[in-house]
Formats: sequence, structure tokens, C-alpha cells
Amino acid sequence: MTPLLLSAYTATTCLGRGLDATRSALRAGYSGLAPCAFETVQLDTWLGEVAHVDDEKLPVALAAYDCRNNRLTQMGLETDGFADRVREAIARYGKTRVGVFLGTSTAGILQTELAYRRRDPETSALPDDFHYRTTHNSFSLAEFTRDYFGLEGMAMAISTACSSSAKVFAAAARQLELGTIDAAIVGGVDTLCLTTLYGFASLQLTSTQPCRPYDAERNGISIGEGAAFALLERTDAPAAGSILLLGTGESSDAYHMSSPHPEGLGARLAMEAALRSAGLNTADIDYINLHGTSTPANDAAEGKAVAALFGATVPCSSTKGATGHTLGAAGAVEAIVCALAITDGFLPGSPGTQTLDPVIPVDYLKQGRAGTVRRALTNSFGFGGSNCSLILGVAA
Amino acid sequence: MNAKPLTAWIEGIGFLAPGLPDWPTARAVLRGEQAYENAPSVLPAPAILPPAERRRASRVVKLTLAVGLEAAAHAGSDVAQLATVFSASGADGHNCHALCEQLAGEDRQISPTRFHNSVHNAAAGYWGIATGAMAPCQVICAYDASFGAGLIDALGQVVLDRQTTLLIAYDSEYPEPLFAKRPVPDVAGVGLVFTPERSERSLACITVTPETTPADGLTDGALETLRTAIPAMRAFPLLRKLALGEGGTVCLDYLPPMQLRVAIQPC
Repeated sequence: MTPLLLSAYTATTCLGRGLDATRSALRAGYSGLAPCAFETVQLDTWLGEVAHVDDEKLPVALAAYDCRNNRLTQMGLETDGFADRVREAIARYGKTRVGVFLGTSTAGILQTELAYRRRDPETSALPDDFHYRTTHNSFSLAEFTRDYFGLEGMAMAISTACSSSAKVFAAAARQLELGTIDAAIVGGVDTLCLTTLYGFASLQLTSTQPCRPYDAERNGISIGEGAAFALLERTDAPAAGSILLLGTGESSDAYHMSSPHPEGLGARLAMEAALRSAGLNTADIDYINLHGTSTPANDAAEGKAVAALFGATVPCSSTKGATGHTLGAAGAVEAIVCALAITDGFLPGSPGTQTLDPVIPVDYLKQGRAGTVRRALTNSFGFGGSNCSLILGVAA
Repeated sequence: MNAKPLTAWIEGIGFLAPGLPDWPTARAVLRGEQAYENAPSVLPAPAILPPAERRRASRVVKLTLAVGLEAAAHAGSDVAQLATVFSASGADGHNCHALCEQLAGEDRQISPTRFHNSVHNAAAGYWGIATGAMAPCQVICAYDASFGAGLIDALGQVVLDRQTTLLIAYDSEYPEPLFAKRPVPDVAGVGLVFTPERSERSLACITVTPETTPADGLTDGALETLRTAIPAMRAFPLLRKLALGEGGTVCLDYLPPMQLRVAIQPC
């Protein structure tokens, strides 16, 4: 693919709001995980909850969108001056020429979970103040974002579980390359809800401790939430130091709904496709941000795929010990982590990971360290066997 | 820059809607050769799944397998090689209701199967398991604009990646109380196999461009009701042209004020 410019980007997770909070937490090896104290949830697990999400007030005209997921969407958009950069792009290109491509796994389903507690005792009807379209529906965050900026062009939500907001980069890149749009708001937003917390617990995939990606004793994920966005544009002559999207790769496991292909075959196909799309070889990659959920099966399968392609030559880490697994937001959050690794010359480590799994032969970074990163690859894999790898780089 | 046209050839069509169990029936009705009779959607048992999975398969899984396999068979495509774009305005409504109901009660220990079936890409995941397709699989939601969003992404993949791509746009109903908030009446879906080049199997060539005029409707009142009640059925004006083997242009509902103009040239 032709490289695309990330002309603005931002991330908000339990590490804090925005790029500075994220980079200082990653440098310090800090984890934002804390014991679960969300809503009425009674589970022995750790969460990456974003502070002050419910303090966010939506514009009056967009009140029907009010729910935790759109509060975090707005919070993310209004961080690092991202919304201003979007408005500048709209002024440059016009409101029909800026597309919206956002990933999520559960959007605002928490709103429905809460509304079910308030069903009419006689009729079981949901309360009048519950708005399905603008909160629960998977498109709600994309439609909110489109309306927030008064856009009139294309928009879509991509919902492939935990690969959702990696795949938005690929979908937006296609439309930019075709010239159907001139800029794209890409990103992902997922917020804590009972469906995912009790759901991952039912699959025995949540840990009772902070997650420990690639650790020999890893035993499950820590669920997080987050909002991360990038503004993608075509570029003829990017300024030196600009962050570029160089390649995207997508594949399917065709294996199982909630377990990865044991040999990591789908993961390998996605990484190979991303390298092909970028016109790069494995030797060109300086850092890999792993999916690294900290479940025994995910890390084993992904580790096999990374080892088969890259050997133990490329430093890699999962940052989910810091942020938690932000599910449908993870792809975008970790693309931004790669952008920070490139601009800062710092390879993040893996808080929580103590003893590396000896059967996974990759160059795993327990501790962060300084290092030049010109090109970084990031993996995102989801339920249903949905895989996506992205490659980011820096303009010379 | 000059935009590359969103152009592709259609080689196969699959269809299922209330009263219209497959594409040959829908085609005959759209051609005016057969009267439309409203009836609940009939979902065939997916023969491609092993017997145990077949019994457990949900309505959206049966629906997507039905329209996807019909379209692929019509095109003579090897399903294991097809890239896919799934686009739906919602996921499995019955499963969603069961989860929300249980999570509103005292016992929140939900079933793991219910949980993994709750993801928007559940039907796409089962498609992959059933067909063995390891090609890229996209899963989109754009509420009432889901057909248009899926069409845009599928054509993008065909034009840029030169890859034969199957679009499966589908919807299903919620039970009450969600039904009152989102009254999709029944399951329905359409499958379209798009290729980057013309072949002897090509049925028509389509080109999609943005438009702001109102969408075309259907003169048959019952079909027009389906078009507006089930998001995937926003494809009807295009399907009518394909059924008639007519060239011309139609305008499809997308995201107001943006609509999609589809130019159709039969092969």
C-alpha cells in the first residue's frame, strides 16, 4: 500500500488521558490495573478502568447518545487537541470527504444491561429514556463521532471483537487509496460492561491477579477500557519524523469461536500479509507490540507465529499488563503505543510479567528500554478467529 | 487525486427474506412473474455444519450460511478461497436478550457459549469454521446503512486487492422488550459475489458513487415495506435491476444525506 500519514493521534486508557500520560506510564513500567470495583460487578479480577469517564457531559443536541461508551468516545476525541485537528481537516477537505471508521466489541451495551434492571414490572417494557440506536448498537460510537463533527460522508463501525480497531486502519486505508475520501477518523472505543466481564469469567479467561503476558505462570486477562484515535491522510512528502501507516494484513483462523489456532496459523498469515502490504521483510521490523492477552492459549499460539516468522531477533512485548485488554479498542491503543515507541525511541516493557515462558522463543521485553524503532508491527486477534496486523513507521 | 471507481462484476446472488426463501423465488417476484406472499422467513438447516453444530446453530448463523452459500454456488466459487464482508445492523438478538436478562438478575453466571455467540462477528466466525476460509473477513455495522457500508468496503477490497469477495448483508430480529426499541420484523439477508474482472459467469457490472437524492423504492407495497423494515433489504432496487437483467442506475439508502448511486450494466 501507499504509506498514509497519521496527522494526529491520541490514546486514553487506565494509564491516563492522552499521549503524555501514556508515554510516562510506559517509561516508568507502571500498570494502571486495579482490583475490580466496577458498577455492581462481583468478580475476583483486576481491571483497567479509565478515571472520570462518567463525568463527561455530551452536547445537549447529542443527548440521546449519552452512555459510558460515548462519554469515553468524546473524552478521547477531546484529548491531545485531536478534535481540533479533525475540524481543520474538515475545513480543508469538506464534510463529505472525511470518513469515520471506528472499532468496538460491545459499544454501549452497558446501557441496555442497566435498562433491563428498570424494565416495567407489569409489561417488561424498557424505559422510555433508553435509546437503542444511539447507545447499544455497534454503530453508535461511529454515528456519534460523525454527528459530533457534523460530517456527511461515509462511516462504519467494525466489530470483530478484539481485532476491531486494528481492522479500521485497513478499511480506511482502502478508501483513502481509492480516493473516495481525503481523510479518515480511525480508532476504537470499548468500555467496561457486564457482558464482557461475566463473559470472559465464564470462559475462565480472566485472571484473579494482574495479567502477566508471556509469563510461564500466566493464567488469564485483565479487562480494560480505552479510546484511541488517529487521523489518516494521504501524503506526498511527509515531514521527517511523521508517523506513517505502512502496511495492513488481515486473515481468519477458520478454527474456533473463542480459541486461537494452536499453531498461530491465522496470526502468521496476518503478519505476512502486513509485511507484503508494506513491501518489507521481517528484518525491517524493529519492535513488535504483541496481542499478548496473557491467556495460556493466545500467547502460546501468537508466540509460535512470531517465532516462526521473526525468530528471536526482534524485540517484542505486550503492553496489556499496563493497560489491560481494551478489547475492541486494543488495536488502536496499541497502534498509538507503536507510534510512541517510534517517536520516543523507547521500547515498552511488560508490567506484571516475571518469569518468561521458556517454551516461547521470542525476544520478549519484560523491562522497557531505549532503542531506535523505525518500523513497528502490532498484532490484534479476536474471537471468531479474526486477525489483523499493522505496520507503522517513521518518515525519513 | 482522481478517485478510482468502485467497480466490480457480480457473479453470484444469494437471498433469503420473509416469503422469499431463495434468489430464484425473489427473482421471479421482482420480475413480476410470481406474486409476493408474506410468510415468516424459512431458514434451511446448514448441511455444511457437522450434525451437532447444525442443531446448535443460531438463526443468524443459518441465515448467513444460507445466503452466502447460495451466492457462492451461483458463482461457482470455492468458498474456502473467498474473502468475505459481513454487514449487519445488529448481532444475534435472542442471544443478546438472554444475556441482558440474566445479567439483570441475581445469578450472573452466564453461559460461555452465549458469551462467544454475543460478538457481532459470531456469524462470520462460524462461516470461517464451516468453510475453512482463511482469507480476510470483515464485519461491519452501520445501523440502517449497513448494506451500503458493506458494499463500499467489499468493492474497495475487490478493486484494490483484486480479490473475489463475498458480501453478506443480513439482519435478525430482537425479541421483546428490545423489539419495541428496534422493530426488525424477521431475519433476511442478501449475498453477492464480486469479482475484479469480467468472466463468462458475470451477471452484471456495477459502479457505486455518492449521491444525495432520495433512494428508489419499489412499487409493490409489501416489498417496499420489507425494504424499509430490514436494513439489508435496502439492496432491493439493485436486486430488482439484476432480476430483470436491466441496465441503468438506482439510488440506494445509505447514511443521510449520503446515498449510493449504483450504475448497473448487465453482461
